[in-house]
Amino acid sequence: MTALDQLFVKVRAENRAALIAYIPAGFPSQAGCHRVIAAFIEGGVDAIEIGYPYSDPVMDGPTIQAAAVTSLANGTGAQEVLAALKIAAASVPAVVMTYWNPIERFGVAEFADAIAANGGSGVITPDLTIEESVGWIGATENSTINPIYVVAPSTKDVRLAQVTSKCGGFVYAASLMGVTGARASVSSSAADLVARVRKTTDLPIAVGLGVSTREQAKGVAAYADGVIVGSAFIKVLQDAPSEEEGLKAVTELARELAKGVREGR
Amino acid sequence: MSISEREDLSAILGHFGPYGGRFVPEALIGALEELEEAHRTSQLDPSFIRELAELHRSYTGRPSIITEAKRFAEHAGGARIILKREDLNHTGSHKINNVLGQALLTKRMGKKRIIAETGAGQHGVAAATAAALMGLECVVYMGEEDTKRQSLNVARMKLLGAQVVPVTSGSRTLKDAINEAMRDWVTNVESTHYMLGTVAGPHPFPTMVRDFHKIIGDETREQVLELTGRLPDAVLACVGGGSNAIGIFHRFISDPTVRLIGLEAGGDGVETGRHAATLTGGTPGVLHGTRSYVLQDENGQTIESHSISAGLDYPGVGPEHAYLHDIGRAEYRAITDDQAMHAFALLSKTEGIIPAIETAHALAGAMQVGNELGKDAIIVINLSGRGDKDVQTAASYFGIPLD
Repeated sequence: MTALDQLFVKVRAENRAALIAYIPAGFPSQAGCHRVIAAFIEGGVDAIEIGYPYSDPVMDGPTIQAAAVTSLANGTGAQEVLAALKIAAASVPAVVMTYWNPIERFGVAEFADAIAANGGSGVITPDLTIEESVGWIGATENSTINPIYVVAPSTKDVRLAQVTSKCGGFVYAASLMGVTGARASVSSSAADLVARVRKTTDLPIAVGLGVSTREQAKGVAAYADGVIVGSAFIKVLQDAPSEEEGLKAVTELARELAKGVREGR
Repeated sequence: MSISEREDLSAILGHFGPYGGRFVPEALIGALEELEEAHRTSQLDPSFIRELAELHRSYTGRPSIITEAKRFAEHAGGARIILKREDLNHTGSHKINNVLGQALLTKRMGKKRIIAETGAGQHGVAAATAAALMGLECVVYMGEEDTKRQSLNVARMKLLGAQVVPVTSGSRTLKDAINEAMRDWVTNVESTHYMLGTVAGPHPFPTMVRDFHKIIGDETREQVLELTGRLPDAVLACVGGGSNAIGIFHRFISDPTVRLIGLEAGGDGVETGRHAATLTGGTPGVLHGTRSYVLQDENGQTIESHSISAGLDYPGVGPEHAYLHDIGRAEYRAITDDQAMHAFALLSKTEGIIPAIETAHALAGAMQVGNELGKDAIIVINLSGRGDKDVQTAASYFGIPLD
């Protein structure tokens, strides 16, 4: 069992959803990312996703794209991602979210080993299809980390079952058809998707894409096991007049969202 | 999963050896499966085949002719040089072959909107043309840098009724236009077909786009046999993503005596790092949904490519080319900007044909290969596009004042 698996056992016992926060490694700077992780933990997030910035983020909206550009300009590579993961994993369950090519370049088995060696619970791979996953599944089994796949509202029931059967830790349900970014409301397709995923697996299901407020977190927590928030945190950091102000705002937002995930049921 | 299951999946998913496949968000899987099925059934549907053939004949102007370039040949070791004139197609390049096929598939799938990426603007113009012909809404994503290099083609697309969206992310060139088109597709996949313009991207694009372009090689083989009485010694084409090259190569793959030579954009020279020669200077990796060769750094980040030719300025390449490269069936060489521009000027002055700068890379390659093979050789070049769109770039390169 990974730390992430244990977290979901715990939150299920508490009859609530987990709050999962996302930050790219190296954003707003290497040290700044480490401070954001501390701010997340102070604000009460249950788990952290460390983003591996990538040059061609086709699934990300403008907010995370801009953060990736900053992070890459700050020299972020595999070592910086693993360093941030290690810091996060010292306090809460932590995973890496990355497009596939950096893993392939690092070495598939080596990457899974490095995640485990730095205390990580798993890896979210949004552009890795199950058909291309043979080597990766074996590597995650050997390293005892969770391979986490993303499913979408357009994913058909037959395929949902195929994907969730390869999944570990939790199933990442994308709330809508689109790229990452805060939205005024969480798409109604999220609840339908979660219900369809439930029929295929006992794994926890976390919903991402578009959640930015306590009210939205509360709404999603009513039916999902986890609420993932990314762009909203990056946005408060980008909008803050100083890093200090930004970090305060991150903690404040995390606190609000942490209340939200406890109010859903 | 057992080995045999893996092989089954590979067969389904359009692999070329270790290359190709599908690396995309789940949100797109349904659309890719729908497209794969539409393509598969259309190839077996006589009415689809007839409709496309009629468009080739009465709209594009196929078959495109071949032209023997005797004066140019004097600069290519005296070998016989034969040009396959895709530049004479409607819209001025080979790109029309693919867009007409995909536009028919779009209608077959009941979709009303197409999106496309473009580098030089040739594919964008072709996509806008097919959309106009078939009454489809069309949005073209084009790197902001390229909208400046190719402003004439931007105007052409707008005249054809397309919306052109300048892309300001990343290097503001073709790769970023593809990123933006994929973001649009993920969001609007229900209503929209992504009319990808080259033999890259997730399955079925590399196979499907090749199928729509292989008419180039089918015609060429017959025409060259009729003209010369034998198969050529070498077939040359420029390679960015690789669609015109795979189109002319494909019919010749099973002719072992015919050398297949792809000419990549060497930019300032592969040794300078400022180039777009992916097979010559890249490494295996995943970009834009497919595994192939990629220009990338040690962390798997894509390195920005450089070429005087917007249409070749791409840090990836089609997966079938990666496979042909690895098994040695095709050879790939890099041609620098200067070599390409020299060939560009030479064909213009010796044959009265102004080629696209993309195509000029293949012409420069023919000058090398002709000198290597000598005067008894027959060399076919895919003249993939005409150079009208490049007049501004060429004038600036050669110092011709424009008022």
